[in-house]
Amino acid sequence: MKQLLDIWIAGAAGDGVQSTADILCRVAARCGLHAFVYNSYQSAIRGGFVYAQVRLSIGKAWLPGSHWDILLALNADAVARHRAWAKQDAVVLFNSDRAHLPGHLKGLGMPISELVPDSLMQNVVFLGSLMRLFDFPPDPLERLIRETFSHKSDKIRSGNIAAAKSGFEGAQGIAGRFALPKPDKSHMIMTGNQAFALGAAQGGVRFYAAYPMTPATGILHWMSEHAGKLGICVMQPEDEISVINMAIGASFAGARAMVATSGGGFALMTEAIGLAAMTETPLVAVNVQRAGPSTGVPTKTEQGDLWQVLGAGQGDFPKAVIAPVSVEDAFYMTQHALNLADRHQIPVILISDLLLSEHTETLASLDPEKVTIDRGLWADPNVKEFRRYFDTPSGVSPRAKPGMPEPFVFTASSDEHDEKGLLISDVATNPIIRQRMMRKRMGKMEAVAREMPPDEVIGEPRAELTLVGWGSIYGVMNALVERGRREGCSINALAIRSVWPMNQENVRRFLSEAKKTVLIENSYSGQMGRLIRQETGFDLTNQCLKFDGEPFYEESAWPVIERYYKGEIQGRQEILTPYGIVEDLDAH
Amino acid sequence: MPIEEMIKDIHFKSETRPDWCPSCGDFGVLSALIKALVQLQIPPHEAVTVSGIGCSSNLPGFIHTYGFHSLHGRSLPVATGIKLANPKLTVVATGGDGDGYGIGIGHLIHALRRGVKLTYIVMNNQIYGLTTGQVSPTSDLGHVTKTTPEGSDVFPVNPIRLAIAGGASFVARGFSGDPKGLVDLIAQAIKHPGFALVDVFSPCVTFNKVNTFDFFRSRVYRLEETGHLTGDFAQAMARAGEWGDKIPVGLFWKTDVIAPRRPLAPAQDPAQGLDASLWQNLIKEFQ
Ligand SMILES: Cc1ncc(C[n+]2csc(CCOP(=O)(O)OP(=O)(O)O)c2C)c(N)n1
Ligand code: SF4
Ligand SMILES: [Mg+2]
Repeated sequence: MKQLLDIWIAGAAGDGVQSTADILCRVAARCGLHAFVYNSYQSAIRGGFVYAQVRLSIGKAWLPGSHWDILLALNADAVARHRAWAKQDAVVLFNSDRAHLPGHLKGLGMPISELVPDSLMQNVVFLGSLMRLFDFPPDPLERLIRETFSHKSDKIRSGNIAAAKSGFEGAQGIAGRFALPKPDKSHMIMTGNQAFALGAAQGGVRFYAAYPMTPATGILHWMSEHAGKLGICVMQPEDEISVINMAIGASFAGARAMVATSGGGFALMTEAIGLAAMTETPLVAVNVQRAGPSTGVPTKTEQGDLWQVLGAGQGDFPKAVIAPVSVEDAFYMTQHALNLADRHQIPVILISDLLLSEHTETLASLDPEKVTIDRGLWADPNVKEFRRYFDTPSGVSPRAKPGMPEPFVFTASSDEHDEKGLLISDVATNPIIRQRMMRKRMGKMEAVAREMPPDEVIGEPRAELTLVGWGSIYGVMNALVERGRREGCSINALAIRSVWPMNQENVRRFLSEAKKTVLIENSYSGQMGRLIRQETGFDLTNQCLKFDGEPFYEESAWPVIERYYKGEIQGRQEILTPYGIVEDLDAH
Repeated sequence: MPIEEMIKDIHFKSETRPDWCPSCGDFGVLSALIKALVQLQIPPHEAVTVSGIGCSSNLPGFIHTYGFHSLHGRSLPVATGIKLANPKLTVVATGGDGDGYGIGIGHLIHALRRGVKLTYIVMNNQIYGLTTGQVSPTSDLGHVTKTTPEGSDVFPVNPIRLAIAGGASFVARGFSGDPKGLVDLIAQAIKHPGFALVDVFSPCVTFNKVNTFDFFRSRVYRLEETGHLTGDFAQAMARAGEWGDKIPVGLFWKTDVIAPRRPLAPAQDPAQGLDASLWQNLIKEFQ
């Protein structure tokens, strides 16, 4: 029986690659397997070559795989492009009306036109065949088809169920070839973006604004779809400058507010990040990184915006940057960020990336009660005097909002102001007040540092080799630590969640006790390496970097890590995914 | 209402005295806004003035209402956010021609389309005042400024035409030297159920020696004295194009056709997360 299977689904945009992957993942999750789905696509809406890498496994699936056991080839191009990545004994499911297999590949050709009235149903036929290959009963898939097509006509529903059956029967010849266990439990499936959105909803967000930008758009889609039911005001304004300033207005008026974008949109938001800090208006901004610079590679993953978010906004001001490490973490960290923003009246940035935001993974459950809403300090309605920016030891002053009667009426200003909010910038510049207000705001960072989420050690506390990474790198680090265990190599890892302010002392201590370290990052510069050096003095000289737009794969990362482990290499190493280097497509 | 509970000018008096140059046009706009709020009996704590950056944008600091003095060009997004979060508030955005028709013009066009109920008062002095006298988007062709020593060589923005064409439902022009007319226009704008633009000639006495109080006094005439029909698009556009010896002020354009808005989200403080049944319902889509 297989413990892990890689199934790739490939075809043209519009062939239903994503929805087929979603159904497969959902069925597997309901049968107790773990799943990881990574979609590769381009910005072209129709016609371009797209594929989904689905990994199913008994244990947690941390990553997509770099080679496939089963290829669902929705067109002939799919075979040509992916044949080089077949594992031993791999099988191609293909439409025998349209494609032929190159000699060295094994496959199961389905005569789609004989099986179903409409070739669009080929995906469902293949899903039925997969069940047979896995040695799964047909009913979980049938049930899901019934749910998926519940709002469609009886005819469509029964047609699809029949299509799945014909696929199931047609695969009899290789039944059980990739038999998978069926643990007696079930998982949820979710993308990172859905987790950010759900975390925002559970965290009491009442105002959400965004301008569409891949790969952050999934949050906007989910929010728009659920806005009415949740009582959230969802806006798609004219640009990201408007997005963030609207959210600041809503937050000033008392609503919990959140925005999300990718690096380009975040660049437009930077001036207002400082506005939130200066006016002490809480705000959560999500930056879902994609491969930059400029428009870059919009549909590919990278971690090159770390320095951008750290430097976002002119001047010195308090802010926090949190990097969730997994889908589950995105749900909790969003709520944590909302609380942190309210408690300290600062902007909080959640930094994600395309891999984390757009992949689907299985989760056991989410606890809606784990994080409780904390709106921070509000003015006592009975006080006789009010100064909005009253200088307290923590730097946090009780808030008021428009509509509250005297004595609370005040003006928030992006110009420097005194405790009452009155301007000191124009005529009556006042060095004493200026210094005091800077100290008040910056003073918040002390408590913010105490409330940052802990970083995570993966594996044993001590090891021969320690991997260091942040955000979505958590996945590959887990896979590598597990691989090390299987191969008898003592490897652990540190996943940084608290980017700014960093858990300085803990990171410094942990790293200085490590025997050998390697930074892993989806970037050219190893940006976290520089931040860690700046904050702890520790120099991560070994850096394993990948900046080709693709995530790390265990298969290509392991040999490099193993050589670091054995002391055969040191310093900088770059990893390349050789996809896209396709031999002559017309050869077959 | 007992007289002692009435809202009076004094209630809007701020702790800070305006730091505008003596005789700056913006004084007239500030006092007209206060008089309009008094006329409408809107208490200071239910009004919010929102601005960008510029001399004119300092206004929220000089009036005792809630205020948000934001970034250069960004008053409309901030004001929109405030209004959406708490529709009960009277939200008035104020600023200059550079703020609203230069760096912020993109927001203006979309605010017109959205039609969220806001009053937008632009103190149009056809110059960048705060930054000491550079050409502005409304400076006339040929206007000599520090950055156009040979005279401006681009056409000015015509905010009235732009707003009418852009889908505004209320477009007016006032003159700081005509306080009565201005109070009336601002009061009407605040009462208007959609987005209302009030462009105001508000001379910069320090950096614009062309478009002065005298310049406007000798040229402006009142639209309402000419039988102008505010619901007639062609007439409104024609009047908006007048510039020269005769310049119209007053209400150019008004319509009841306002972009439909879904109910606004309540901005109550969420004390807890989603209720359990809603949570269960949401979670189903992931199972
Ligand atoms: C992003 C940004 N760019 C430039 C400035 C500098 N700046 C401040 S006010 C202003 C122009 C103000 O002109 P206007 O809006 O007409 O106001 P006025 O002073 O004439 O009332 C400029 C360019 C700024 N504060 N922020
Ligand atoms: S510089 Fe011009 S606009 Fe600014 S306060 Fe002085 S007169 Fe008014
Ligand atoms: Mg101006």
